[in-house]
Amino acid sequence: MLYLLLFFAAPALIMVLASFRSPGEFGGLAPLVDENGRFDLNVESYMRFFTEAVYAQIFVKSFVVATATTLLCLLLAYPLAMLIATSQKKHRDLLLLLVILPFWSNFLIRVYAWMIVLGPQALLARTLNAVLGWFGAGPVPLLFSSFAVLVCLVYVHLPFMVLPLYANLEKHDQSLLDAAQDLGANAWQRFWRVTFPLSLPGVYAGAALVFIPALGIFAIPDILGGPDDSLIGNVIKQQFLETRDWPFGSVLSIVLTVVALGIAGLAAWIGSRGTRREAADA
Amino acid sequence: MRRRSSWLRMAAIAGYAFLYLPLVIVVVYSFNDSRLNAEWVGFTLDWYRKLAHNEEMQTAAANSLLIGLVASVVSTVLGTMAGVAMRRYRLKLLPILVLTPIAIPEILMGVSLLIFFVLLNFTLGLLSVALAHIAFCIGFVAIVVRSRLAGMDESLTEAARDCGATPLQTFRFVTLPLIMPGVIAGALMAFTLSIDDFVITFFTAGAGTVTLPLQIYSMIKIAVTPEVNAVSTLLMLLTLVLIVVASKLSPSLLRSREES
Repeated sequence: MLYLLLFFAAPALIMVLASFRSPGEFGGLAPLVDENGRFDLNVESYMRFFTEAVYAQIFVKSFVVATATTLLCLLLAYPLAMLIATSQKKHRDLLLLLVILPFWSNFLIRVYAWMIVLGPQALLARTLNAVLGWFGAGPVPLLFSSFAVLVCLVYVHLPFMVLPLYANLEKHDQSLLDAAQDLGANAWQRFWRVTFPLSLPGVYAGAALVFIPALGIFAIPDILGGPDDSLIGNVIKQQFLETRDWPFGSVLSIVLTVVALGIAGLAAWIGSRGTRREAADA
Repeated sequence: MRRRSSWLRMAAIAGYAFLYLPLVIVVVYSFNDSRLNAEWVGFTLDWYRKLAHNEEMQTAAANSLLIGLVASVVSTVLGTMAGVAMRRYRLKLLPILVLTPIAIPEILMGVSLLIFFVLLNFTLGLLSVALAHIAFCIGFVAIVVRSRLAGMDESLTEAARDCGATPLQTFRFVTLPLIMPGVIAGALMAFTLSIDDFVITFFTAGAGTVTLPLQIYSMIKIAVTPEVNAVSTLLMLLTLVLIVVASKLSPSLLRSREES
């Protein structure tokens, strides 16, 4: 049993090692490009990352896009999760399944679907541009734009936000809301002063689940974005497959890993603090 | 209260529409008698007929199926063991090893595996893709199996040991049958994940090896044609069937265990 355990652990461990090996290749040109200077370790690629502002800018941009995605997902997911949590028990499983189902269809198909929806000859673009035409504004391309990238990012990550939110909202005690109502709170106050603060652990969990993958995405900007919509994932892909500057690509990957794990850790920490406080309150 | 709940219902309906309309459009246009995915012209099966003669697509589909089968079988075996081990031994490192590939952005795993294979002079192709898929599927299988184990009565394995069963016998005749629904669900999940994976495959396939998602990617990079809608529809149907089977299978297995 233990032997087999090691047998399983080995490939995974080698994978982790490989990701750490890459910094060992700095300066020593990437294996495919040149063979000389293998042990010539240096931090040139790191220097390059910290001195050339372009890359920091792309990181910031990826951050902004991922944040916007997370907020929009939250905005859309909240009513969905709340509806599922407050609906009758027998309908809940079905409603939840309906949220998860699109997630199981191929990722590329979901991106492709937006190519069609936002396409220049599709109904949406024609209607929008006709309306803009009345106001004298020029036609706006929907496809191959930051707008397309953002919409698709939200679309792809929505279930990740709904699930933890639902898991949290479902546990809420209805009597708290009744109490608030008895004390004269209106619907809006009941939501902001009772439901929302209680749902924060779910919000944080969902935010981490959306933010981290959104940060590293490359296929969506690649397919739906214009030339200016590249995010950090696209730069990493470009460094590995086109420029073939592996040391620099590795530096970018490692920075992304550190950021992603940092955020995951932060979310876990906030989550555990939240549950501890709940336990203390109980 | 009533006003608010109808408001909530509207927002939720909009949410569901947002989730489903794009996919419905893909399916509907796969039967559309027009090259443009813009307007409904008339019903046709031409795109499916074209697909049936597309050899590249068939090779890609065969590759995807092969990789999916290999990856799901191997990752189910390894993932089950990982799940059992995570439950039985309080290992610090194992959960980290199993869960990290799930937590970090996919692209990172893709590029690290690319470096790994190239440095080992491992030819990029079907095998490297299968190995990569196994690596990321293990975590998902392990999670499903572990959650199944968490609901298991520990005293059953203890009873088996008391009756003189070896650890292997205990696993084979007590633990494994009990966690079987979880194992099967994990296997189906691994198969779906493997068939659907684009990012990690993109980096580990090298030139010349094509899977269905890679084929779809290269097609939509060139042009939008309803042929893509047709493949997409078939692929969605396959995934849907697998999910339905998985969800039907595991509760029914669960019930039969409880009855016996």
